[in-house]
Amino acid sequence: MLEIKDLCFSPGGKEIIKHLDLSVPDGKLIIITGPNGGGKTTLAKLIAGIERPDSGQIIFNGRDISGLDPTERALAGISYGFQQPVRFKGFTVRELLTIAKGGELSDEELARTLSLVGLDADTYADRALDSHLSGGEIKRIEIASVFLRDSELAIFDEPEAGIDLWSFNALIRVFEEMRDTRKKTMIIISHQERIISIADDIVLIQDGRIVVEGPRHRIYPLICKQGCMVFDLRELREAARELRESAGRGAGSAENGGGEYER
Amino acid sequence: MKDKKKTAGVTSGSPAADTLQKPAETPQSTEKRAEAPVIDEATSALLKTIADFDGKYFEGAFNIRSNCMSLGRRSTENIRIESKTDLPGLDIRIAPGTKGEKCFIPACVTKPDVDDLVYNDFFVSEGADVTIVAGCGVHTETGEPARHSGIHRFFLEKGARVLYVEKHVGTGSDQTKKVIDPQTQCFLAEGAYIEMDTSQLGGVSTSVRRTSAELAAGAQIVIRERLLTDADETAESYFTVTLNGEDSKVNLMSRSVARGNSHQTYQSNIIGNARSYGHSECDAILAENGRVDAMPQLSANCQDAELIHEAAIGKIAGEQIMKLRTLGLTEEQAEATIIDGFLK
Repeated sequence: MLEIKDLCFSPGGKEIIKHLDLSVPDGKLIIITGPNGGGKTTLAKLIAGIERPDSGQIIFNGRDISGLDPTERALAGISYGFQQPVRFKGFTVRELLTIAKGGELSDEELARTLSLVGLDADTYADRALDSHLSGGEIKRIEIASVFLRDSELAIFDEPEAGIDLWSFNALIRVFEEMRDTRKKTMIIISHQERIISIADDIVLIQDGRIVVEGPRHRIYPLICKQGCMVFDLRELREAARELRESAGRGAGSAENGGGEYER
Repeated sequence: MKDKKKTAGVTSGSPAADTLQKPAETPQSTEKRAEAPVIDEATSALLKTIADFDGKYFEGAFNIRSNCMSLGRRSTENIRIESKTDLPGLDIRIAPGTKGEKCFIPACVTKPDVDDLVYNDFFVSEGADVTIVAGCGVHTETGEPARHSGIHRFFLEKGARVLYVEKHVGTGSDQTKKVIDPQTQCFLAEGAYIEMDTSQLGGVSTSVRRTSAELAAGAQIVIRERLLTDADETAESYFTVTLNGEDSKVNLMSRSVARGNSHQTYQSNIIGNARSYGHSECDAILAENGRVDAMPQLSANCQDAELIHEAAIGKIAGEQIMKLRTLGLTEEQAEATIIDGFLK
């Protein structure tokens, strides 16, 4: 269980995250979406310890991890897939994934993992992680590294970036296996309709606050219309109000933070 | 410095040497294994580092040089190793068509106040394809400096191929100056190929490496240099490759890490005198107060010479460290892992 309480982050005096609260139950796949520049990536980095909040708390499995560094959070069970994966001169795919595994990585597991993200082990296992790999290839290896961490909470920042349409099914299978078979909790930042469609809950962030959050069947029709992503703030605020009222009647998720937004 | 033992050379069988064992000198022998030379602990440790010596023997032709003398030697039917008559050093002659054989020519200095200079010439006949493992280790415990200078010349005949592996290392007291100044000169005939894999991964106080190559038509040279300096060490590398023949090629890659207060100088010049292709790449990582000067030069004397240089110097990218930290490594572990991989 991940709980974020009253989180604020203002690097250089610019408010990026504003008094944000969020709960992520175990075993759920949460999609965080919203317009560019709204604070989604920053929130993900704050959870992974890559950025430090100015105030507020991040509680993971009952433990306040707000003061832990990225290494300590990784060891506590949080993994992070970068939006723009870094390249390493001198590392091979196998070597990075062995580090990700945190121990011995068998040829079979390596091949299976690469296959899961749509890469052939014979071709890629011993390739260098340098500029000769395309954006899509390095992105898939990044996803494989998070998969191999097998951590309790996995965060992916726009995993679809650089992934071609033909590989989407493979990507969806990775997420479904992590949630359904391995019972992991996941936070995925995404604008992609196919990925959003497998969420348990959807959280929409704009201007450093949560506009609305709720179960997929309530939020998805509001933001995905005729195959296009639409952020109609008026409609979303109305949905948030309805969800809050239904929550008041004891019926599941509720709008969070958006209430302040409306006041 | 007193009574420096300069350029004693390879003196197989010399009775004057107190560390010299009767060399297994069987130039005409076709035996696969010779008697194991008796080697002291320090030399054995250096040989293990620079030439993967297992403490018993080398597979193939070899000459072990230690403190200016030969500890043991073996020639094979196809690889003949003979002492020079005019200079300290060896003539290594590789027969035409020799395939897959190895030749080990390591050199060690384990005594203080030694200045070892050796000239080794490799004559690689037409169609041969061999691996040559050289390398040098300097180990000293006292305050006197020790130095090894190996001047290697490679004469590759038409179509000959060589993989040349050269590791340099210094061990022992940090207070003692350990100097390695290698020179490598390559002369490649038509269609010849040499791949040089050189590394110096610590402990050498100062080094000046000079490498040059002249290539005839269709010849190719690949050079990989890996260099790590720390503390107050200095390392200078100078490369000159002259592409004289049509379609000759060079690919020169240098990767280095400068730590502590160390200083490195890299200078390369690729000269294209014909339709040819040249690529050089210099990547350096700076840590602590390390400094690097890189001076790549390209000289095109022919319109069809295609010459490229890439260079990058900087500290370890923060994103790389952060990625490894999200995989559970500490900052220190991440840095060490990145440097190990970079220099691998």
